[in-house]
Amino acid sequence: MQRAATFILLLAALALPLIMRAFDLDYYTSFASRVMIFALAAGSLNLILGYAGMISFGHAAFVGVGTYTAGVMIIEGVPSALIGWPLAMLIAGLLALAIGAMSLRTRGVYFIMITLAFAQMIYYLTNSMKAYGGDEGLSLPGRSTLPLLDLKDDTSFYYVVLAILCVSMLLLSRLVASRFGRVIVAIRENEPRMEAIGYPTRRYKLVCFVIAGAFGGLAGALLANHGNYINPSILHWTQSGNLMIMVVLGGVGYRYGGLIGALTLLGLEEFIANHKVEWMADLWPKYQQHSLLGVGIILLVIVLYAPRGIAGWFDRSRRG
Amino acid sequence: MSIVLILEQSLNGLQFGLMLFLLAAGLTLVFGIMDMINLAHGSIYMIGAFLAATLVAATGSFALGVVLAIPATAAIGMLLEVSILRRLYTRDHMSQVLATFALILICNEAVRIIWGSDMALGTPAALSGPIELMPGLFYPAYRLLVIGVGLTVAILLYFIVAKTRIGMRVRAGASNREMAAAMGVDIKLLFTLVFGFGAALCAVAGAMLGPIFAVQVGMGDNILILAFVVIVIGGIGSIRGALIGSVLVGFVDTFGRAFLPALLREILPPQIASAAGTALASILIYVLMAAVLFWKPQGLFPARG
Repeated sequence: MQRAATFILLLAALALPLIMRAFDLDYYTSFASRVMIFALAAGSLNLILGYAGMISFGHAAFVGVGTYTAGVMIIEGVPSALIGWPLAMLIAGLLALAIGAMSLRTRGVYFIMITLAFAQMIYYLTNSMKAYGGDEGLSLPGRSTLPLLDLKDDTSFYYVVLAILCVSMLLLSRLVASRFGRVIVAIRENEPRMEAIGYPTRRYKLVCFVIAGAFGGLAGALLANHGNYINPSILHWTQSGNLMIMVVLGGVGYRYGGLIGALTLLGLEEFIANHKVEWMADLWPKYQQHSLLGVGIILLVIVLYAPRGIAGWFDRSRRG
Repeated sequence: MSIVLILEQSLNGLQFGLMLFLLAAGLTLVFGIMDMINLAHGSIYMIGAFLAATLVAATGSFALGVVLAIPATAAIGMLLEVSILRRLYTRDHMSQVLATFALILICNEAVRIIWGSDMALGTPAALSGPIELMPGLFYPAYRLLVIGVGLTVAILLYFIVAKTRIGMRVRAGASNREMAAAMGVDIKLLFTLVFGFGAALCAVAGAMLGPIFAVQVGMGDNILILAFVVIVIGGIGSIRGALIGSVLVGFVDTFGRAFLPALLREILPPQIASAAGTALASILIYVLMAAVLFWKPQGLFPARG
């Protein structure tokens, strides 16, 4: 059942740019790329949030560092994606190693706060990088380059993002199903016990944190290419909050949680901002300018009354 | 680097620190007693500033407007607590973070709908000029008022928390919630009151800082993070920790921004020094927080033994 659904979803994703082109709605191909990039970012956060139970409030730092790495490489004349994107993963991963090594000494609320503080540090550092636009950011001269493909074409870019998302999600779900994944979930459920059995729990958590950071960096590299600019606002703490919203909206600890969350949140914002619903407009003419009000209320209701997210609605195995 | 400049920056640091304390005090009590992360604290600060701006404009008097804004904001805070936040006490930290993050979005948009993106709140005319504190040291009179208000509230707060019965209950709740409840403290009511009190302090900070920064949507988003840094440095749930943490953060931040670039220029080439100086100055307090947590993972003055 799930396999069939995945297959149909994949077919739809493959056909999407062709259908959009046929109806002259090319904009949605670009929008779908954006959704998939955020699905990757939220999916990587889901690994530490959902499976490892580490409430990191600084994931935007890794996404942002990936954005800046890929962007700076393009600006400095090394546009090859084969160099820039792995480098973005590497640097984001190394940053996650440094932040994780220090943050994982603390737990609970302190862990939330210290990851937030480190992310703010990176935010202010990018703000003061005058050579790369400082607090205003910088437009990129072009997208990264790949052999054989032209990423400037939105359709090609879409397929590249789709491929990366599929491979990443496959890797992450294999990781969760592996022995490593079992240990991570067990640590979430009962850390003292796992420690007593003899697992080096902090090291496991750190590895998990680094993997999530690296994939966050990859999402960032794609994001820089998608929007053709780098800007510190992607590192602001509210962005970490947005990624968390996506994960919780979709479903914490569900394989498709990040994807569902990104699609729902971005789709909702897009729908409210660009599609005037007549009866809503009659009721309240300016409702489209205040889309975040709706997002906030929906999020609040989800957190209060449906904490397992959208994926939880379709899950019969873990009810109750 | 003259003595006048150092004194002036000390006053700036003290003023910023005291205002941070007003925000951090409410936050640390909420955090300490109910083990609840309230990101919407910054939104209450924003609402307090907007209410103050409205009431100052309506009454034509700065003092009256600010004084009226305090109970109004406290009422909004208590309403928020009774209607929404109360449901979150028993939930995990992530639900609290997300629900109050949702409240930030809702509050920001609600303020935008009601008041627009920003409002004017000027310094009162009588206090708009500088005062000569000592030969060569001119300091804005309004900022002196801010320091005075901050000190008064801090002393008042200390007396309430340290010397009164209700303060004793608050401290009991912060150090051991279950035990305090078992000894007959009405935690539910206490918490609504603490929350309202925290909101009132937010209003004071919002109204006093309004003329210095700006009364605009999102004004609470960044200062909230500073307040969190303060309470994590000071130790969650501790008023004394919040006070010392606030002043520490106020001074480190102000002095870092004022002197670090010049200091680095002494040892580095000027171009690198100015870039590195501003970068370092802006992250200094986070470095401080990381350092404190490294050596004292519970903060400087942990409320729980």
